[in-house]
Amino acid sequence: MSDKRATREAFGATLIELANEGVPVVAVDADLSGSTTTAKFGAAYPDRLINVGIAEQNMIGTAAGLAVEGKVAFTGSFAVFATGRAYDQIRNTVCYSNLDVKVAPTHSGITVGPDGGSHQMLEDIALMRVLPGMRVLVPADAVAARAAIRVAATTPGPFYVRLGRAAVPVIYRDDYIFELGRARVLREGMHVTLAACGVMVEQALAAAEQLELDGIHAEVIDVSTIKPLDTVTLVASALKTGAVVTCEEHSIIGGLGSAVAEALGEHAPVPLARVGVRDVFGTSGEPAELMTHFGLTGADIAEAARAVIGRR
Amino acid sequence: MTEAGRIAAIEAKAARMRYDIVEMIAEAGSGHPGGSLSAADIVATLYFDVLRHDPSRPDWPERDRFVLSKGHAAPVLYAALAEAGYFGRDHLATLRKLGSILQGHPDCLKCSGVEVSTGSLGQGLAIANGMALALKLDENPARVYCLLGDGELQEGEVWEAAMFAPHHGLGNVTAIVDHNGLQIDGACTEVMCLGGVAEKLAAFGWEVRETSGHDVEGLLDALTEPPADPAVPVAIVAYTVKGKGVSFMEGNAGWHGKAPSAEQTAAALAELEAVLDTASTTMTEGGAR
Repeated sequence: MSDKRATREAFGATLIELANEGVPVVAVDADLSGSTTTAKFGAAYPDRLINVGIAEQNMIGTAAGLAVEGKVAFTGSFAVFATGRAYDQIRNTVCYSNLDVKVAPTHSGITVGPDGGSHQMLEDIALMRVLPGMRVLVPADAVAARAAIRVAATTPGPFYVRLGRAAVPVIYRDDYIFELGRARVLREGMHVTLAACGVMVEQALAAAEQLELDGIHAEVIDVSTIKPLDTVTLVASALKTGAVVTCEEHSIIGGLGSAVAEALGEHAPVPLARVGVRDVFGTSGEPAELMTHFGLTGADIAEAARAVIGRR
Repeated sequence: MTEAGRIAAIEAKAARMRYDIVEMIAEAGSGHPGGSLSAADIVATLYFDVLRHDPSRPDWPERDRFVLSKGHAAPVLYAALAEAGYFGRDHLATLRKLGSILQGHPDCLKCSGVEVSTGSLGQGLAIANGMALALKLDENPARVYCLLGDGELQEGEVWEAAMFAPHHGLGNVTAIVDHNGLQIDGACTEVMCLGGVAEKLAAFGWEVRETSGHDVEGLLDALTEPPADPAVPVAIVAYTVKGKGVSFMEGNAGWHGKAPSAEQTAAALAELEAVLDTASTTMTEGGAR
């Protein structure tokens, strides 16, 4: 657990691997190839990294054209621009034509840090999740990010892979296999379910440690695929524990919390609490400070868990 | 075939397509006749002369590609595809109806011959560029032709794409602007003036050609003459008349997006049938010369 790496570090490196293996990957970036790490891929495969300049709509459109011709087109840029600025291109061109475009921006969530609210994307999961045909992956660490990128590259159709800027602990071993649509139970428990994605998986595991001190056995689930959601695993856990906390570095509206609430509301209505950013924009600060400021730490999750157990 | 016969053959196809456009929109009860009719000669010249394609093999790797960025002109594309044989003519009567392969705007997942779905304006040129880039990477000699509307040029993405193609040396792209001067709310000059379209595209680094979009000979020249520099994309500004071929639709923005009444349809089809008869006769004579 001591190794810390940003999920974005897996991006360029995994594209190189895929190209080496003969997968027809290309990357289209918008003047952020250094930050997203697609530049590393471009150094290895100069013809296959296409820079469109600061033009995210054109980034998605160009990627769509490359995909029409059989390329597996990954796009870069930051999450806020790739999804918000180019939403119609993703909807009407990529998803409507069901193209092999893999929208994999970096710098999602508040862990972007000092750049502030304009650059901290907290609504991307919500925007991508509602698009027909779009699969939404939120890897928890750099190992899972590599695996998620590989799944996206080798599964036909549109994908959204949410990557981050900040270095986060590596929780998975290198032999980790990303199963599309499968949530992974990382820790079994009987009193409360902590369903987390992305950097919040680490926080949920920390919360489980804290709760254990009080004799509360928390089940921790890494919901790395938001869509298609692993309803089976989530419902089974909710029926076992009778209380659920969702944990995401995203707005509590429209993201993991909403997806889980929809599934449990239909199949296993148990008390639910959503830990996430509460319908506000981000703000400048260091990532760790912001996690505390917005109530996204393990302690916040543990508190929410105790409260939700009390409502059981 | 003689040059005159070649031109007459395309004109006959365009006449046929105009008839089909009005008939299918009338049958659908909605649709966009104005911009479909303005583009008929351009699309006929492409599909029945310029494009290397094979309707029996829509996925033939070396086919030339066509992207209809102005997706609301779907009827002109459907008329060409049906005439070329991508699907049966009986589909034309199903335009815009539940279950039809002919959606209100082109859907590549439903309709053979449609390379990519379009309809949200401003996106086609970026897609065409991506396709052209992939063809270059694969050393595929095919070309990509993209038809844009002039009102569509108000979308910012068009200019992002216009900057992109020359920068990346996409000499295998030809963009055609159907410059009919009208959009839904009125004249482009009044809604949002485009300025000099040819000058702007030239300033972005394109080899620009101007022609009447209803002069098949001019279109053939503009579409087939190789660029001076093979790494420079070609833009054709085709000056057209919205609603071309139906007297009461010509130059009238009101015909951007509505279907004619039964009476108007009869009048329009009578006009188009007369042109069709003349064109067929001319073609026969031209071909025999």
